[in-house]
Amino acid sequence: MYKALFAATIANPVAARTQMGFSLGWHIIIACFGVGLPALIVFAEWSSQRTGDPVYRVLARRWSKVLGVLFAVGAVSGTIVSFEMGSLWASLMTNYGQVIGLPFAIEGFAFFIEAIFLGVYIYGWDKLPPKAHLLSGIPIIISGIAGTFFVVCANAWMNAPRGFSIVHGKIVGINPWAAMFNPAAGAETTHMILAAFMVTGFGLASCYAVAMLRGKASRYIRLGLLIPLTMAVIMTPLEIGVGDWAAESVATLQPTKLAAMEGLAVTTKSAPLALFGYYSNGQLHDAIKIPDVLSLLAKHNINATIQGLDATSANDRPSDPLVTVVHLSFDVMVGIGFAFLALGIWMGWVWKRRHNIPKTKWFLRFVAVSGLAAVVAMECGWITTEVGRQPWIVYDVMKVAAAANPEHGIQYGYYSLLTVYGLLTIVLVAVLRHLSQQPIVSEEPAKLKNKGPEA
Amino acid sequence: MTLAETLAVVVLLGVTFYALFGGADLGAGFWDLLADNSQRGIKQRQLIERSIGPVWEANHVWLIFVLVVTWTCFPVVFGSVTSTLWIPFMLAALGIVARGSTFAFREAVTKIWQKRILGVVFGISAIVVPFFLGTMAGAIATGRVPVGVGTGNEITSWWNPVSIVTGLLSVAVCVYLSAVYLTAGAHRSGDAALVVQFRRRALLAGLMTVMIAAVGLVLIHHNSELLSHGLAHRGLLLVVVSGLAGLTALGLLYREYFAAARIVGAAAVAAILWGWAAAQYPYVLNAKLTIAQAATVPTVLRATLLCLVIGAVLLIPSLTYLYILFRRHDYETDASKNNLI
Repeated sequence: MYKALFAATIANPVAARTQMGFSLGWHIIIACFGVGLPALIVFAEWSSQRTGDPVYRVLARRWSKVLGVLFAVGAVSGTIVSFEMGSLWASLMTNYGQVIGLPFAIEGFAFFIEAIFLGVYIYGWDKLPPKAHLLSGIPIIISGIAGTFFVVCANAWMNAPRGFSIVHGKIVGINPWAAMFNPAAGAETTHMILAAFMVTGFGLASCYAVAMLRGKASRYIRLGLLIPLTMAVIMTPLEIGVGDWAAESVATLQPTKLAAMEGLAVTTKSAPLALFGYYSNGQLHDAIKIPDVLSLLAKHNINATIQGLDATSANDRPSDPLVTVVHLSFDVMVGIGFAFLALGIWMGWVWKRRHNIPKTKWFLRFVAVSGLAAVVAMECGWITTEVGRQPWIVYDVMKVAAAANPEHGIQYGYYSLLTVYGLLTIVLVAVLRHLSQQPIVSEEPAKLKNKGPEA
Repeated sequence: MTLAETLAVVVLLGVTFYALFGGADLGAGFWDLLADNSQRGIKQRQLIERSIGPVWEANHVWLIFVLVVTWTCFPVVFGSVTSTLWIPFMLAALGIVARGSTFAFREAVTKIWQKRILGVVFGISAIVVPFFLGTMAGAIATGRVPVGVGTGNEITSWWNPVSIVTGLLSVAVCVYLSAVYLTAGAHRSGDAALVVQFRRRALLAGLMTVMIAAVGLVLIHHNSELLSHGLAHRGLLLVVVSGLAGLTALGLLYREYFAAARIVGAAAVAAILWGWAAAQYPYVLNAKLTIAQAATVPTVLRATLLCLVIGAVLLIPSLTYLYILFRRHDYETDASKNNLI
């Protein structure tokens, strides 16, 4: 009877892919803060110890409370993702878990170290001597970056699968090190690590920009804006440079994905860069085209030939609507990246002349939306790389349809997950708002002395 | 011991640590749920928060560790288990999300009604997680997970009398371990009233665990020839050790040797897990797939082992430091958390 009840309304691969996309897309936002926030907190605590300025200490403690909440949510939403590797992608893991498991195992240790020192750091404010407390923050930063590196190595392997060969349908000659350090790993991991710092920096700065727009202008608010924003605008030009590296890497390793990113229908010499538009019936419509620029960017040569979508058979490349999704996502990501660059130049210019942030409200408005924009840019980047690989889960090796768990009712798991995450999102936002509205004075130093018996 | 067996032992160690540390953190959710809405309840919840707050995230990583080592070294086992048992697996995952986030949220909010709602979800989800993971253990132990992706029955594999009992047993074990640890914690912090409360709870939970285990053994005897044969032969010694240790731990609790009760109680839980493993040996799934057959190629096993050794060198001192730091300080109560109801 339950078989009838569980009759599939949507096919398993579709449900599995949507669920994975949703839970990863959700987790990655929180995970970014787990990578970027410890660096800001340690910087603020270090500044407070160096200068004796209590404002830095208040900032560090406030942010470490936020990190406490976000790390917990990130830890559990990351757990779901590792469960889904089995419940959704059992066939993928049965075949290729052995090839690409190693970076996950190392990432597991990085996560372990991160969780341990996060416990020490967050619960140790009043228990450790100041120097030791500051030092206990360092392993959190290192393991956060290391964790990102290894887990994105695993993702990069799906784009550039190496470290095995297939002989008569059997996977042989497995070399887990070659799989981990695949040719896509360098650009992709660096791109993501920098993105994590940008999401954190712009995200945090935007909260203080909103406060300043509402007329608050204490030194606490100003520093709260300045420290994360400085980090984010310094990362921006680096990220654009790494983005160029990543695009070049895609051009070599996954020409079909590059064609989808640009909506390039046919293989073209001196290919133009296409902005916006939509792709249907094998053509990109309504796009702005800048001659030769795609060849220049992707191959660093204006005469280079760029492979079009027509070079790949229709069954092995993204469908037309998906090409539109990939193309627009890519454009939005790049557009936001350059807007951030403009913001950074503006800020740097004014800072150099007046040693202050630009005094117009437009600057604050710009910063206020930058947090959301950074998240959008990062999500668009992930959509570009993941949708751009369709229909493959492991590029040119295994299709999504072959990787999914064939059991019944997978879509109900997806609906349950959506419900739980909907509630989780609402409560998380409420809790973060609550944390931001807590009075600042009471955190210091009364709490330190308050070690008497409980009420 | 072959390379494959070594890694199987590593997985088993991971499961054991998750049960002993992560399990106890989960069990604390049950006691949090049952704490009274009075001054007494406040102190109980404070003890719980102090005990698990700094360590639960690290303890939770053992579960991730088990998953990644399994999918790397025994991919067929991982794929077979997670595809057939995807329903309890996903339910446990959702429980983990609810439990972890509500625990963190509860520390962050200040209003009492908010703390109450979050506390209830925290407690319930903390019970849901070991239950579903326990049903999965039951499904594997009774050979209801066939080899291959999605080849088993997605309902009856884990929703059957034996699996339900193993689910309940794993909840009971978590609840019991947690009560024993909390008693020892209360004893160290010198709160006599809390010691009395948690000692009583630990004794009750211990008796309950023994009873569920007994019912489980009877059910296994009637329902699963495979597992009962294994437990009565290869696993027998460890099952007996587990039973004796469990009873000794109860005696130690009764006599108020809390530190010893903690160790012996944990040993009882470890012994039953190892007893299960011994009962199955050398098979992993369904008396068909042996450890050697399930393992991937030696290159991968060697690489994983190398990483595990390097990782352990970093991990063991860090983890020891974490435990020592918060044990040394856990008698210093934190006055800022006195509004927990």
